[in-house]
Amino acid sequence: MEDSIAIRGARYVQQRALDGVAEVGRITMLLGDTLRFLIPGLRSFRLVVQQAHSIGVGSLGLVLVVSVFTGAVAAVQAAYQFSNVVPLKYLGSVILRSVIIELGPVLTALVVGGRVGASVAAELGTMKVTEQIDALRAMGINPIRFLVVPRVVASTVMLPVVTVFANAIAIFGGFVVAVTTLDVSAHTFVTSLKQFFFMRDLFSGLFKSVIFGGIIGTMGSYYGFATEGGAEGVGAATTRAVVSSCVLVLISDYVLAHVLFRFIFDS
Amino acid sequence: MIRIQGLRKQLGTKQVLDGVDLEIESGETMVVMGRSGTGKSVLLRHIIGLMKPDAGSIQIDGQEIVGLGERELNRIRLRFGMLFQSSALFDSLSVGGNVGLALQDKLGMSEPDVQKRVAERLEWVGLSGNEAMKPSSLSGGMRKRVGLARAIAMDPEFILYDEPTTGLDPVTADAINRLIRSMQRRMQVTSVVVTHDMTSAFHVGDRLAMLHEGRVVFRGTPEEMRSTKDPLVRQFVEGTSEGPIQVL
Repeated sequence: MEDSIAIRGARYVQQRALDGVAEVGRITMLLGDTLRFLIPGLRSFRLVVQQAHSIGVGSLGLVLVVSVFTGAVAAVQAAYQFSNVVPLKYLGSVILRSVIIELGPVLTALVVGGRVGASVAAELGTMKVTEQIDALRAMGINPIRFLVVPRVVASTVMLPVVTVFANAIAIFGGFVVAVTTLDVSAHTFVTSLKQFFFMRDLFSGLFKSVIFGGIIGTMGSYYGFATEGGAEGVGAATTRAVVSSCVLVLISDYVLAHVLFRFIFDS
Repeated sequence: MIRIQGLRKQLGTKQVLDGVDLEIESGETMVVMGRSGTGKSVLLRHIIGLMKPDAGSIQIDGQEIVGLGERELNRIRLRFGMLFQSSALFDSLSVGGNVGLALQDKLGMSEPDVQKRVAERLEWVGLSGNEAMKPSSLSGGMRKRVGLARAIAMDPEFILYDEPTTGLDPVTADAINRLIRSMQRRMQVTSVVVTHDMTSAFHVGDRLAMLHEGRVVFRGTPEEMRSTKDPLVRQFVEGTSEGPIQVL
């Protein structure tokens, strides 16, 4: 007798859940191996620097364009929401805090996640399907040490660096809009920035960037290594790497916000 | 010496290797032939530990490698060089970077020593002075030769060739065959060549083995293969679709 639609549906859900758990397990194992080979991997410092240049410097232009408009939009939106409620002299502080705590780290991670997650997954995926990773293993070279560690370390280190630039440019974008179109003087804006700048805000944003960087490097590497088939497989791996990086960045952003602002800074 | 006993491997629903027994003596070149999809490359990947068998044994100079971890396997792999079917050159590195990678990474050789060895091995394969070229700008034959230079960079005791002449024109294929022969003379290595190119097999092989349906159905010298009456082997050697090997 054929199974009912309900039973088949339940089996499908069960299978997808098991696949999901297995995938989380494999990602965790990759992360564990990355940590295990961290020190040997760092000895190939040249590879880390190459990746840091590619991930950091290569992303800077795109991130800066996104940031300047993020700051500009933040200024316009804040001014609209302040109207008749909050004096515009506080505009600088609102832009500053929203940028360094949230907008800077998250938008930078999403932009870099799209660019770097895709390029890492595509590069490693192509290496996998063209036997280059097997060639490394055949030469006795551990692919995790040689390929994954430099990419994960570089993205973990460089994302906070890029975020610092993104923060500065976003605030500058907000400043320009505030001064040129919202009748806020430069002195008022800068005073507001200084008045409400707290190191813990900057720290929390950069700490989040470190975690986001680790996520982007790990997901790109994982899906690159998991690539099967030819060009189609590389395309699928690239898409999965970008989507999973972005989703995990947003989920971890929520978790980190809870941990940092409710349990650590609030206590 | 490489001794393979009872090697079995299933991929999906297909039993690719179904009890392979093969011995490769030190210093000889064993050519493993067979139709596409008969598990020749799978066998090669088992010998160097890139795949793990479901059952069976592989001994390298008496040391069992089945069941070893990656760390121990990496030590064994340093004794091997492998030329991949697609050459598998690292796109991000130059020709010199490809050939010298393991020298730097595994042996920790100094940069001048690496350059010297790379130049020597590129000269052996007829590519002197091409260190700075990128793999993407090389022809198929040049890629194979760079792959071969990389395989011999570490002075291996064993060289594995996966379809070394596939996809090459006859003239370039002959050049690769001559290179394989010259490496045997120059380095006294033990070689395993996987191919379905009969010209190449007879040119480079000291002994030939034929894989069919996951088993070794013939092993012998090139002369023995030419004169065998075994219809399976005859059909393969003559390259006809009519015979015991069902194609369609």
